Formats: sequence, C-alpha cells, structure tokens
Amino acid sequence: MEKKEPVLQLKHVTKRFGEVAANEDISLDVYKGEILALLGENGSGKTTLMNLISGIYFPDEGEIYANGKQVVIASPRDAFSLDIGMIHQHFKLVDVLTATENIVLGLEEEGKLDLKKSAARIEEICEKYGFSMDPSKKIYDMSVSEKQTVEIVKVLYRGASLLILDEPTAVLTPQETQTLFGVLRNMKQDGKSVIIITHKLAEVLEISDRVAILRHGRYITSMDTDKVNAQELTDAMVGHAVSLNIERPIPKKPRDRIVVEGLTVKSEDGVVKLQNVGFHARSGEILGIAGVAGNGQKELLEAIAGLQPIESGSIRYLDEDGKEEELVGKDPQAIMELGVSLAFVPEDRLGMGLVGNMDLADNMMLRSFRNGKGIFTDRKAPRELAEQVVEKLEVNTPGIATMVRKLSGGNVQKVLVGREIANAPTVLLTAYAVRGLDIHSSYTIYDLINQQKKSGVAVVYVGEDLDVLLELCDRILVLCDGQVSGIVDARKTDKQEIGFLMTSVGGGTDAQ
Amino acid sequence: MLGFLIRFIPRAVGQGIPLMYGSVGETLTEKSGHLNLGTAGIMYVGGICGVIGAFLYETGRKTLNPFLGIAIPLVCCLVGSLLMGLLYCFLTVSLRANQNVTGLAMTTFGIGFGNFFGGSLIKLSHADLPSIALSKTSALFAAKLPFAGSLGWVGKIFFSYSFLAYAAILIALGVSYVLNHTRTGLNLRAVGESPATADAAGINVTRYKYTATCIGAMISGLGGLYYVFDYASGVWSNNAFGDRGWLAIALVIFTIWQPVHSIWASIAFGGLYILHMFIPAGTNLAIKEIYQMAPFLATILMLILTSINNKRENQPPASLGLSYFREDR
Amino acid sequence: MHSKTHDKTPVFHISRRTGLPWQKALGIRFAGIVLALVVCGFITMAATGLNPISVYGTMIEGNFGTSRRIWMLLQNMSILLCISLALAPAFRMSFWNLGGDGQALMGALGAASCMILVGDRVPGGVLILLMVLASIACGMLWALIPAFFKANFGTNETLFTLMMNYVATQLVAYFIIRWEVPKGSGKIGIINQSSKAGWFPMIGGNKYLLNVLIVAVVTILVYVYMRYSKQGYELSVVGESEPTARYVGIKINHVVIRTMLLSGALCGVAGLLLVGGTDHTLTTTIIGGRGFTGVMVAWLARFNPIVMVATTFLLVFLQGGSSEITTIFGLNQSFGDIITGIILFFILGCDFFLNYKITRSKTGKEAA
Repeated sequence: MEKKEPVLQLKHVTKRFGEVAANEDISLDVYKGEILALLGENGSGKTTLMNLISGIYFPDEGEIYANGKQVVIASPRDAFSLDIGMIHQHFKLVDVLTATENIVLGLEEEGKLDLKKSAARIEEICEKYGFSMDPSKKIYDMSVSEKQTVEIVKVLYRGASLLILDEPTAVLTPQETQTLFGVLRNMKQDGKSVIIITHKLAEVLEISDRVAILRHGRYITSMDTDKVNAQELTDAMVGHAVSLNIERPIPKKPRDRIVVEGLTVKSEDGVVKLQNVGFHARSGEILGIAGVAGNGQKELLEAIAGLQPIESGSIRYLDEDGKEEELVGKDPQAIMELGVSLAFVPEDRLGMGLVGNMDLADNMMLRSFRNGKGIFTDRKAPRELAEQVVEKLEVNTPGIATMVRKLSGGNVQKVLVGREIANAPTVLLTAYAVRGLDIHSSYTIYDLINQQKKSGVAVVYVGEDLDVLLELCDRILVLCDGQVSGIVDARKTDKQEIGFLMTSVGGGTDAQ
Repeated sequence: MLGFLIRFIPRAVGQGIPLMYGSVGETLTEKSGHLNLGTAGIMYVGGICGVIGAFLYETGRKTLNPFLGIAIPLVCCLVGSLLMGLLYCFLTVSLRANQNVTGLAMTTFGIGFGNFFGGSLIKLSHADLPSIALSKTSALFAAKLPFAGSLGWVGKIFFSYSFLAYAAILIALGVSYVLNHTRTGLNLRAVGESPATADAAGINVTRYKYTATCIGAMISGLGGLYYVFDYASGVWSNNAFGDRGWLAIALVIFTIWQPVHSIWASIAFGGLYILHMFIPAGTNLAIKEIYQMAPFLATILMLILTSINNKRENQPPASLGLSYFREDR
Repeated sequence: MHSKTHDKTPVFHISRRTGLPWQKALGIRFAGIVLALVVCGFITMAATGLNPISVYGTMIEGNFGTSRRIWMLLQNMSILLCISLALAPAFRMSFWNLGGDGQALMGALGAASCMILVGDRVPGGVLILLMVLASIACGMLWALIPAFFKANFGTNETLFTLMMNYVATQLVAYFIIRWEVPKGSGKIGIINQSSKAGWFPMIGGNKYLLNVLIVAVVTILVYVYMRYSKQGYELSVVGESEPTARYVGIKINHVVIRTMLLSGALCGVAGLLLVGGTDHTLTTTIIGGRGFTGVMVAWLARFNPIVMVATTFLLVFLQGGSSEITTIFGLNQSFGDIITGIILFFILGCDFFLNYKITRSKTGKEAA
C-alpha cells in the first residue's frame, strides 16, 4: 500500500444532539482498498460519525471531501451518489418485502421494474464475493445473518465503493463471522474500501489494515494494524491502561435460591429460544451469563421474571427456610404476591424498565404503586425514594420532576437499578447493566451489584464484556443457541475457555 | 331472479362507485403510512367544488359545450380535493400533527365547507326545495354508453353506466398496478411500512407521502363528484352524501389494502347499502334500518377476522398513523 | 455532479426540543389560538362585511347575550365535556376510541327505552334509577365489544369503534320506527310529555343546572381518577409502554377492558343527560357528532380534565358564536364548522413548534 489515495476525508466534523456533542472536531481519512476498523467504547460516537457520512445525520460543523472534492451529504441519496453505502446495526429492511424488492428499493434504474433481472444480478454479486442468499425470500422469514447478507448485497448492488459496517459481528456466530470476513477480504481485493465499527479487539486485529480510535466523541489516533497489539489498542480506547480491578468478595454461605430445570421456551412464531436449560442461582453469589447476543439471554431472564410463556421445565424459588415455590406459569404480579422479592434490570431500560415520559418519582412508583391504601396511589413514598436514589447514586438530574427520557444513559440506569434494589430483593436479574455507560458509571453499577451480593442476594448478571464477567462473577453460565454449553468457576477459567463454550452448541449440560 | 338483478345491480353499482373512488384514494394514502380520516370531508369538498364550477358555468346558459361542461366541474373538483390533501399533508407530514385528530378536523371542516357553499348556492338559486339541480351538467356526466340499450340484460347490468363509473374501475386497476408492479409502488409501500428504511434507501419520504396523499385525495374527491352529478342527477342537497366517506374508509380495511378488490367490494357494499329497499313489501319498515347495518357489520367482521388470522401480508401498513422524523433516536 | 450537491446544504435544520419552559409553551399555544382567531375573523369579515372586532362582539353576544344563551352554552359544554372526559382515559391508554358518538347514542337509547317501556308504571325515582343503569350498561356494552377484540386479538380499535357508531345509529333508527309517535311519522317526539315520567327534576326551575352540576362532579372525579388512583396510574403506564406494563405485572387486557368500560359508561351518562335531562326525546342525531368533537377536545387538552374545560369552552363558544353570526347574516349554519375546522388546524399546527425547533444550519451560513 505505497500510494495512499484518500477516498473520503472528514475535516473538523462536529455533531451535537441538544447540548451533548456526540462528535467533536473529528478529522479522519479513509483510503482506497483498505479495511479501516473504527474502534471505541460504547457511546464514543462511532455510529453517529458513520451516520454523518451516510447522510442520516447532518453535521453541525466541518467539511467532508470525497475523492478530493468537498461534498455535502444531506441525505442517504447523496451518500449513494458518492458510492458510499452503510450497513446499519439495526437492519433497515422492510419485513413484508422480498430480498430482491428490498435491494432494488429506492433505485432509479432505467426501464420498468423487472424483479427477475434484478434477482439475476443479485445472484451474480453473491457469486462474485462469496455470499449465499435466496432473492425471493421474504425478510420476515430470514435469520439475522441472512438479513445482514441482504443489507450488504443491497449496498454492493448500488455499486458502493466505500462500505460502512456498524458492529456487523455482534449478531453472528463465529462461522458466520468468518464467512463475512472472507467477503470483506474479497471486496478489498476488488479495490473497495471498508469501514468496520467494532469493539472486539480480536476482530480488529484479524480483519483490519488500519485502526482509528474514538473516545468520548473525539478522534484520538489511527494506527496500522500490523504494528499494534491488543494492549496498545485498549489503552488508546479507554485513555489509559486499566486493569479492571473489580471487587469480588468470597460468597458467604451460598444457598440455592433459584433452581431451573429443563427449561424450554419458544418465541411467538415457534422458534426455540431456550432448550432444556438447567442451573442453580445461589444467594450471596453472582452468576454470570455469557454468550453472543441473542442466544437466549433475554428469554432466560424474562422467563424467571414471569414475562415469557414457558413451553416446559420448572423454575423453583427457595426462600430462607427452604420453602419452595414454583414460578412457572405465574406473571410478575403473582410472583410478587408469593412474597418473592425479585428485582429485574432489563436490557431495554426506557422501553421496559422505565417509562421515558414520566418523571423520576412516577417511575419509582412502578414497583410500589399497588402499596397505597384503597384505590389511591401513595405518592409520598416514591417521591422520597426518588430523592434518595438521586442523592445516593449521584444521579445527575435537575430534580425528581424531570422526565426520565431526558436523562443520559448512565443516569437512566442508576434510576432503574436504584429502584430495583430499593425493596430489598432476594434475587437480582440484570441484563447488560453497563451497556452504553461511561467507566465511572459502570463502576458505580458494579459496586451496587456487589453490595447486593454481600447482603445475600442471588444475582444473575448477563454481560457481553468477558473481562468484566471474569472479574465480577463467581460462576459463569455460557449460553449458545439457547442451550447451556457450560457452567464454569469464574476464578478458575479464562477467556479462551469461555470463548470456546460460547461457540459450541450444547457443550455440556448442568456441569455443576 | 334476472329481473331482480337487472333492477338491483345497476343501483348497487351506482351506490358503489363513490365508495370505490373513496376507498381507492384512501388506500393510496394509507400505503404511505397516513390514515386520513378526513376522507369523508374531502369527498364533500370534491362534490361541492364540482357543483360550484358547474353552477357558475351552467347558470344562464341554455346549452352547454359538452367538453367545458365536463371539464369545468372536473377540474374544480380535483383542485378542491387537492387543496384538502395538501392541507392534510402539511399538517401531518411537515408539522407532524396527530393524524386521527387532523383527519377529524378535516372532516368537520370539509362537511361544513360543503354544506355552507351548498346552502349559499341554494339561496342564490332561489329554489323552492332545499337543493340545487344542475340537470344539464348532470346529463353530460350521466351519459350512458350508446349501445347499452341494445344489449338487453347484459347491457343493463354491464354497460348502463357513465364514464366516471368506468373511470373508477380503471383507476382502481391503475393504482393496483402501480402499487404492485412499479418502482414507484414498491418505494411507496416501503415508505408506509418503514419510513426509516425507505429514507436510508434514498427514497424521498416526504415527497412520496405528499404525492400519495394528494393523489389519493383527488381520487376520493371524484367520488363526491360522481355522487352529485351521476347518482343524484345533479341535485345537491346538504348532508345528502351522508356517511359514505366512513364506508369508504371501512372498505379499505375490508379489501385488505388491495385496490383491485375494491372493485367488487365497493359494489357489494353498495348492494348492502341499498338492500333494505328490496325487502318484500309488508315487512316491518323498522327492519330496513337493521339491514342498513350490513356494510358496517361486514367491515367489523373483516377487521376481526384479519386480526385473528394475523397473516403478515394482510396487516395494515406497519407505520400507519405514525409520523416520521429522521433524527428521532 | 458532486460540486452541484454543494448547493443543497439545508438552510434550516429541524430538531426535537428537549425541554421547553412552560411559560414559552403556553405562549406558543396562545399565539396559535390568537392567530387562528384573527384569520377566522377575516374570513368572517369576507363573508359578512363585519369588521373582525364586531365579529367577535357578535360571537360574545351570541353566547352570553341572554341568560338563556348562557344556559345553552353551559348545557352544550356539559354534554361535550362529559363525552370528552369519557374518551380521555382511553386516549391516555393509547386506545383510539373514536366511538364516543355510538356509545353516547346507546346510552341515550338505554335511557329512552326505560322511559318508553316502563314509563309511569313505577315510581319516578325508580324509573330514573333504571334509566341510569340502562344507559350506563348500553354505553359500556358498546365500548366493551371493540375493547374485547383489541385486548384478545389486537384488532384495530380506531376503525372498529368508528364502525360501531354507525351500527348504533341504525339500531337507534330501528327503535325509533318501532316506537314512533304518531305512527308513520318516523319520529318519537317528546317522551312522556304529560306524565313527565323519567324527566330529571329541575333545580330552581332550571332544567340545565342539574346536567351542569353532574358534569362538574364527573370532571373532578375523572381528574382525580387519572391523576391519583392506582387504576389511573396503570392505564398511563399501559399507554406509554406495554412492555413496561407487563414488566411490573400489569394485566394489559384487563386494563384495556376496564378503561373502555369506564369510557363507555361515561359516554352512556352523556346520552342519559341528553334524554333524561334536556331533550326528552330520541333521534339518531341527538349526539350531534360530539363523539368526534370530543376527540379533539381531549387531544387539545392533552387529556387533562381541567384543561379540557377550557378547550370545551373554546369549541362550544365558536359553535355558538358562529351560529349567532349565521342567524343575523342569513348565512348557512355550517359556517361554524368551517370556523371550528380552521381553528383546529392552527392549534394542531402550532403543536409542531412545541415539539420541534427550527434553527439555521451553521454550515448553511458558511456556504451562503
């Protein structure tokens, strides 16, 4: 790569959302025929930056040059005309249309709509880069990786020479990831440029030629991949070398609290989400759940919380005196009425755990609104709780009468966790508790979880960052394709073992 | 039996054509993701604008130039309904106002507009009856196919209608073709299903929404025009159009958003609407009123069945009723 | 081609507001209404030749000119407010109940059927009690049907409730012919004109006062219910986010049906007040489209019952005022609908400025 030809240059680009700058003064070049990895923590502004290039957002300040000329990208159409194509993390496909229809969507080709001809061209592209796909299949019948293929073919069909992929591997199995990487290499051979957003270091090292790093919305540096190692990348990404140093007290007298046996859950359209899952969650202990996103973590937590229809199996709750209660077939209210104090911090904070359009006090009431006397709600206690949470967890808010959706991600999470641990739970379920949080807030959350552990709560922690899982949890259950592929002692295992279990379906059943 | 059909079918068609215009127009609008409850009002405005045009042209003339006699009301009707469509779009697309409330406000306005100008014209024409009769224009609009009379019952059932009736069928077929077999139609369906996806694919969402809604409004408006000049023989009386606008909206559901089904379904609804006129003499008159529930009950039944059946293709456009803002995160 | 795109820099940029001080929000709303009134004033001027000031003078005269007019204003407000109050909890729950007309009409049918069928065969108090029960039950039934299908099959409630209006109209039309007086007239006429059985008592010789008082009480009850009760809280959560409602163990089906029963019951009360309180007859148009106007009243007030008193006043005032103008100038009664429509367009349009702000794009300035 002697002659570096920039196909795209960003100069001093800034994008603000309200008062928050998601991207500040970013300058970045992309060269022809390279795979550039864009690395950064959650919330570092990677996706926003790419949305500016693909015309979804419009920059507040700064300039963009394509092939040396200054350009204005005001809409996705402008991006297409500059041969820029983006594959979003949340696929932008129309469910009721076929793959071909989705691919030709919005195109202004000559002549009348001829889906057969388009399908033939799609097959051609697939062959050239090594995809496999059925052009006449409806999107709603497709698996995640098939949908991703449609997205990529869509961009290639438009003749894109710069492809942007936003965390493409988050939803893929290792095999699918390898296939994707093969395709990306073929594109590189073909002279196309690729930007891949990711926060998985191994993938960065494997696939990219160059790495650009963002932190807190600012551009930090870029390096040639073959000249860096994982440690240097991490340091650049988080700012300074951190070993996580998460506290991990030894569990005190752990006793079985939740016993799951033979749990099978199917989604509404009949897909098996969990198959014959069994494990014990113990008091005073943190049970980590590892696995590639979408391998049944969500369903598992929701099944325990009474939110999933269960096909077969049992979920038993054992209280202090060893009395057992079956939770299967009970909804959250029925579980509450059994006297089981179950706290659940779901993945979708504003969509499930909280009501964005209500203020802090009203959100505190979600768990306790039934407590008041008679037909009226008790409004004093939730207000006091809100004050307490704001003070103790240092929630940054103008006041308790502020709508929750106006708070930042970290503060939203503090409000949610604060409420959930408020009524002395015996079981705490958390899903991606630190996703999108800055490091400081993440540690606040780890501390809160550890406090719960120390007071004898059985914690189930679904996480995505293996380093955190390894340092925070006592045992780790690995899910793969809805099955338990292993349950390991977090103090004695390492990343390699977990990584292996994450990719081996049915690696083991209840291996206690 | 044939005798009954010869009497029944042409009347059912006459009732059905305004519904066909209304429902095809509304389907086109809904495919862009906008539930326009103002259709009832738009059909009134379409009707009265045609009447105003015809009134200004016909009054004082002994004979009408056939071309102008048709073109003037037609253009007035189209312009009136286009303006209503633009108003709806400006409020719901550009200003992102709530579609249901905007639609209801448009209906209030449109019916008021129709009755106000209708009433004013009635006063101007010093008629004895509370209506205006524009018989000359109506004669032009209601002209039947010349060979219909010579074909016996076939002629009566299939060829005894005016050009606007056949135009309705052609428009329904045309809209159906555009939606299902052209690039524009594909893009429009994508806008109604998922505007964010369409936007990311480089489709100008706002332009598609405006175009589909405005053309839809113009098609609906023609329903009002047909009603006045063909069905009602050029007689405008206030409120006579009644609740047909709502029936048109019901038809959109009944036809599961397929304009081609609207052709037979509109006529069937028209038949249900007038069925009560054909109940045997001697039956209690009150029963008539129960018969008139039929189209509404049929729609409710269809709504229930499609929701229970839950087939993906038969559902309303996924973003129906929601406004789109690109930067919403 | 690429250099041409340079000219396309958007000059204006629309973004969602994160927060707006209430004074400013109120100011925007107020400005919207004032602008609407000015435009309507000019339209009226064009139609009547009056100057805009005297247009509104005439409107005020039409609403407040005599004590009878004031009572009519209050009566119309009561009925419209009652229906709007009925709809508000359903809307708050994100359930588009467009069936207020039908539900109120069924309430009217319930009340009228008791007056006609039972008449003076039972003591007056018992009859009125029967009427109350019958009208509430009929309104509830009409709301329950769409609610049941929505709760169990997700059937689109907007269109279902809309269709139920027309089924109700035909049902009432059927009974009117069954009970017509005199035979062949197609009308019921004043029910129990001589015996006055089932007529609500007059308070101090005024037949409107009772309705006004009842609706005032209903307003406060609905306000307290929505703001302070557990059920009110539940329906707000369901309206904001169904997953959240499920997450805290709220039974959504239950809440949908319960809220719609309340909605239907209150609509039934509106029908009852019309038949038993003031009109003493039953027609298919007795509700007069208030089920639809109520949608707008509730929406404009953002479902706050106290604010709804003001929005009800605005709409009833416009109707009353323009009816006065039409009488004086021999215009058509429908003039009021046009004016109402225009005012609503302005208020709907000004919502945009509450939720979004338009800024000049900085890059746009540089390019220019």
